[in-house]
Amino acid sequence: MDTFLQQLINGLTAGSVYAVVALGYTMVYGIIQLINFAHGEVVMIGAMVAFTVINALAPSGLPPLAVVLIGTGCAVPVCMLVGYSMERLAYRPLRGAPRLAPLITAIGVSIILQHLALMIWSRNIMAFPQIIESRTYFIAGAAITTVQIAILGICVLLMGALALLVYRTPLGTAMRATAQNPQVAGLMGIDVNRVIAATFVIGAALGAVAGVLFGTYYGIAQYTMGSVLGLKAFSAAVLGGIGNIPGAMLGGVLLGLVEALGAGYIGDLTDLCQYGWLSGLIDACAGGGHFILFGSNYQDVFAFVVLILVLVIRPSGLLGERVGERA
Amino acid sequence: MNKTTVGITLIAGALALAGCGEQQKPAAPQASGIEIRIGHAGPTTGAIAHLGKDNENGAKLAIDEANEAGIKIGGQAAKFVFIGVDDQADPKTGTTVAQKLVDDKVSGVVGHLNSGVTIPASAIYNQAGIPMVSGSATNPKLTEQGFKNVFRVVGRDDQQGPAIASYLAAAKKPKLVAVIDDATAYGEGIANEVEKTLKAANIKVLPREKGTDKTTDWKAVLTKLRGRSPDAVFFGGMDATGGPLLKQGRELGMKAVFSFGDGACTDKMTELAGKAAEGLLCSQAGIPPQAASKKFLEAYKKKFNTDPILYAPFTYDAANLLIEAMKKADSAEPQKYLPELQKISGFTGATGPIAFDDKGDRKDAEITIFTMKGGKIEPIAVVKSGKTVPYEEFVKSMGGK
Repeated sequence: MDTFLQQLINGLTAGSVYAVVALGYTMVYGIIQLINFAHGEVVMIGAMVAFTVINALAPSGLPPLAVVLIGTGCAVPVCMLVGYSMERLAYRPLRGAPRLAPLITAIGVSIILQHLALMIWSRNIMAFPQIIESRTYFIAGAAITTVQIAILGICVLLMGALALLVYRTPLGTAMRATAQNPQVAGLMGIDVNRVIAATFVIGAALGAVAGVLFGTYYGIAQYTMGSVLGLKAFSAAVLGGIGNIPGAMLGGVLLGLVEALGAGYIGDLTDLCQYGWLSGLIDACAGGGHFILFGSNYQDVFAFVVLILVLVIRPSGLLGERVGERA
Repeated sequence: MNKTTVGITLIAGALALAGCGEQQKPAAPQASGIEIRIGHAGPTTGAIAHLGKDNENGAKLAIDEANEAGIKIGGQAAKFVFIGVDDQADPKTGTTVAQKLVDDKVSGVVGHLNSGVTIPASAIYNQAGIPMVSGSATNPKLTEQGFKNVFRVVGRDDQQGPAIASYLAAAKKPKLVAVIDDATAYGEGIANEVEKTLKAANIKVLPREKGTDKTTDWKAVLTKLRGRSPDAVFFGGMDATGGPLLKQGRELGMKAVFSFGDGACTDKMTELAGKAAEGLLCSQAGIPPQAASKKFLEAYKKKFNTDPILYAPFTYDAANLLIEAMKKADSAEPQKYLPELQKISGFTGATGPIAFDDKGDRKDAEITIFTMKGGKIEPIAVVKSGKTVPYEEFVKSMGGK
């Protein structure tokens, strides 16, 4: 039981980070129907900038929390700038072009950002300096660290703040109006370009925080970290219904849980030796041996299996696509 | 000064220099004897230039000593000439400089440093029939190519698995061990060897868990393992994945002893895993330079005014082996002394007695076991032909400090 509970905690922590990253995908898709594949790299840049600052400040003797906050404080504006430049230079000129053009551009931007990071930070792994005394608490035998609690708390806060922004502020109203119909929104006096740029910038800011959280959780950052994280978050966004903000949150958390439980139990479930009639056929089973078909190295595959299943069974995602409103 | 004067000055200068050259030239070749060229290849620029230089120094020291000893080969006084080239730790550059050494007609080569560079370069030396001895390439593939001219004086990666496993079994006496690998050739290979050795020692091993060489989230695997409470965990993989693994294991409250192969046997583990790294066990092929013979350590310090960093004792031995084989064959012709190198015996170098097996690997190569203490990896034992010797005793037996 404690193992199950532990897998739930692990899944929730990773899932809430996926959810925050997924918001970046879903917001942009909701408003201009573009899958911004470069969003994963924005998250990576956030983590790299924060790590650089934190590593530089670590020996200064400042309180650890302040160091991390300063690091995050540097990462967020940098990522906002990256998000804005990306939209302004790569996507805005293609507004109105066939949908394939911006999609391929997004892949190009992703490659450019990754290699830029490679040039700046080299291919070496950056380690998070050991400044935070991570304490472990045990709940019914399951361990939860202070870092995990902080990640869960921050993610919930961020999601709440974003929901407030989208549903309770003039900017949010403008965003929703632009999502429904950019032309009409423009006629109503909304500066559509500004709203789209704001969407990118907000998504990038969320991505920066997610990058710092992800990096702090695992203790390392590298220029390649954005690609898999980005793809998983994208899967999470599709799972919840791309373009749908609550959907991205739900999708992220669910994906984290599926991954943790899947990786935790797939090895046992696919140990063919426990199935009586099969074990006789496999030599490795003799004398209490094991023959495991899929090991826990298939952890990363779950996200993509989920993606395929959703696309086949319910293409609009769990909570439905937002695009429905446009017609 | 106008143009003409500049021209005249230059010509005069050139003449003067040419004059000097002519005056000095006859001195060198007059001395009777033969010139024997020995090449060294390693990265003397780039990120691991310090290790490349260390290797080069080891070989250079051996050659200088040989020159001082006044060795005669084929009845003539031999003058050993050292030719050092830079492979930049890059496989492509490695083959280029290997060709350069071949073109320079070297009689033998010491190097290279990296396995990934040594393997392609070895094909070039093989074609030219030039013996090469690496002092640091540990990838088993190097000597599995069937090349008769390729040797190494350092242990192989696949000798490490049994060494660390037998140390673990003897020192920690675990009843149940979990083995994880990163699904790469290296990680899976070393994990298989560990599992085999543990099982042979009647220790129970849990079904293999796997990640990838990019896995950062090990929590699912570790949570599952925690449920079975193993006494020890072995991970076959690199420090980039091993660091997070160790850190997450401790975060989950696992008390097991963690052990790694050389891929994760670095000081960087402290950076990656923090305090969780304390007490981990890991292995490296070869012996730490401080454990090399006292004679070598003193000579090295005297010549380079610094201590050897990593593999210098091995490249020193590699160069000495080439010279020793030449002495035995009484020839520096590669075809003539190569058989002597293959069957060399009674040779004791800075790293102990050396003999080669059929493949060109060192017989009874040492593997050193380290533990993490105060953020640094410290040697605690040396495993040699299945026997474990505490590190201090090993150093004493080598006459070291």
